[in-house]
Amino acid sequence: MSAPLLEVDGLHVTFSTPRGPVHAVDGVSFSVGAGEVLGIVGESGSGKSVTLRAIPRLLHANAAVSGQVRWRGADLHAMPAEQLRKIRGGQIAVVFQEPMSALNPVLPIGLQIDEVLTAHTTLDTPARRKRATELLGLVGIASAATRLGQFPHEFSGGMRQRAMIAISLAAAPALLLADEPTTALDVTIQDQILKLLLRLVAELDMALVLVTHDLGVIAETCDRVAVMYAGRLCETGSVHDVFLRPRHAYTSALLRSMPGEGAARSMLVPIPGQPPRVDRQIPGCAFAPRCTFVEDRCATERPRLTPQGEGHAAACHAAARVAEAAS
Amino acid sequence: MSRGTWLISRLLQMLPTFLLIGIAVFVLARLLPGNAVEAMLGERGTDEAVARLTARLGLDKSIFAQLMAFLEGVMSGRLGDSLAFRIPVTRLIGERLPVTMMLTGLAVAFALTAAVPLAFVAALNANRWPDLLIRGVFQVGLSSPIFYVGLVLLTVFAAWLRLFPVGGYGDTLGEHIYHLFLPAMTLGLSFAAIVMRNLRASILGVIHAEYVDFARAKGLRGSVVLLRHVMRNALIATVTLVGLEIGSLLGGAVITETVFAVPGVGRLMVDSIFARDYPVIQALTLVLAVFVSLAFLVTDIVQMWLDPRVGR
Repeated sequence: MSAPLLEVDGLHVTFSTPRGPVHAVDGVSFSVGAGEVLGIVGESGSGKSVTLRAIPRLLHANAAVSGQVRWRGADLHAMPAEQLRKIRGGQIAVVFQEPMSALNPVLPIGLQIDEVLTAHTTLDTPARRKRATELLGLVGIASAATRLGQFPHEFSGGMRQRAMIAISLAAAPALLLADEPTTALDVTIQDQILKLLLRLVAELDMALVLVTHDLGVIAETCDRVAVMYAGRLCETGSVHDVFLRPRHAYTSALLRSMPGEGAARSMLVPIPGQPPRVDRQIPGCAFAPRCTFVEDRCATERPRLTPQGEGHAAACHAAARVAEAAS
Repeated sequence: MSRGTWLISRLLQMLPTFLLIGIAVFVLARLLPGNAVEAMLGERGTDEAVARLTARLGLDKSIFAQLMAFLEGVMSGRLGDSLAFRIPVTRLIGERLPVTMMLTGLAVAFALTAAVPLAFVAALNANRWPDLLIRGVFQVGLSSPIFYVGLVLLTVFAAWLRLFPVGGYGDTLGEHIYHLFLPAMTLGLSFAAIVMRNLRASILGVIHAEYVDFARAKGLRGSVVLLRHVMRNALIATVTLVGLEIGSLLGGAVITETVFAVPGVGRLMVDSIFARDYPVIQALTLVLAVFVSLAFLVTDIVQMWLDPRVGR
């Protein structure tokens, strides 16, 4: 693999709230290569969406961010605002979960595409219009020319998500960050949108970071996966390795709690307990209180992300026993 | 429903509105205590004179016939003569109305020029010192009665510093603005405070909206994000408020014109009430009510332009 496009290194995000600091992301590191599809999976509150939004510095003033986010070698969090603005939308684009709230309700879709082209290209007005029409066609919206003049409330839910993808793709970014892009949609539309994203990634040679809580989506769409729990990265590796040979007790438990293929009548194993509160620092492993493999040092010593084979790493003291149990 | 149809039906709504305004004004005049004719004639009110004027004004006819005559007069622009000035009411109001329009217009212009940028400064610095300072100053403005603010401005800027005249209207446009400067500041102050507070709140509601984050994620310039995505959406609620406040602004004009001796319809209204100049009171009420409903119409049209979800 060539040099990665995006490298996230030791990312910490702490929100200041009236009830004290909340450590939403706690030392997350990963990288994404050109054309690669990385899935970030975790339950609600695991910090996956915050991680995604922290990459192009979209978090608000109440978030303190530290660590490095390097885009083609340059630190996004240290560069001047104007340089960052050109990368946002131009090279790194974002798709949000709720198209209804992410699209401006009072502006026509055409203008919402057009402003990306104005910001990142030198095309003149007719050329931008032509490009906008093409983009709507590309994401599978029929009678694109009419649709350009319409407003978000005149689109159906799936259409809106397609329109948001068209907006994000307008300036031909090299990386698309998608924050649960299908969660707000019904199942058949979900499938269409995922297929659309995969087709676009292949056609446009784009990398994709897909945040989701749905392991099924990861299995279908991603090359690599990063599993998050309580703001920390538990395990990362190829989808094949992580799903078949999990090395972190949480990943393993998560996989057992999901209906498998074939064995229709086997019992699902829920994970007992609740995720920890992130408003205080956890000295050991965040998963320890719910873990069946727990050892003494799990409560006190924070496990480091350690290699478990080619491109596969897990932050678990019990990695060896988890591996044994899985095989 | 297309926006064209919406606009036409909105315009057609004005007809019954105007009719109801006319009826309300007519009824109000009839509900005033005492005999209007006797009040008009005052000491000259012999029985014979009262009977003559009653007949001349058509007050001996049935209520319904009087209403019809009144509405017919309104439609054809005949509103009677002022009892105090002995000239047609239309001419009297025609002379005074532009003064009040100018005063109100200036007040709105001053208020919006100050309130809109300050609302942004306050919202973007929410709960830090610029916000607290702006809100504090406007809170004082909002809590001060118009006549008091007017007297303070008069004392400081007209009497002590001699920067502005104490009253009057002048003859040229420049003079008008010069003479109306202090009155417009006075009238605009509480309006500015209301707009500022409302706009600040709606900016704060919009600024964390997902579509604003998305606009930033698209790599738009800060000014585009602020003007097109924050301001435009925040203004929708504020435009409604501005429209609704036009009515109370006209109420404020009555007081302001009295304090600053501005020859507008507000002052005319006060004078006419003291002089029991019924035709003028009636006509002014009508004109101001029509004006307020026209302001509502403009508000609705601006709102439709700002928010495509209106009227579809």
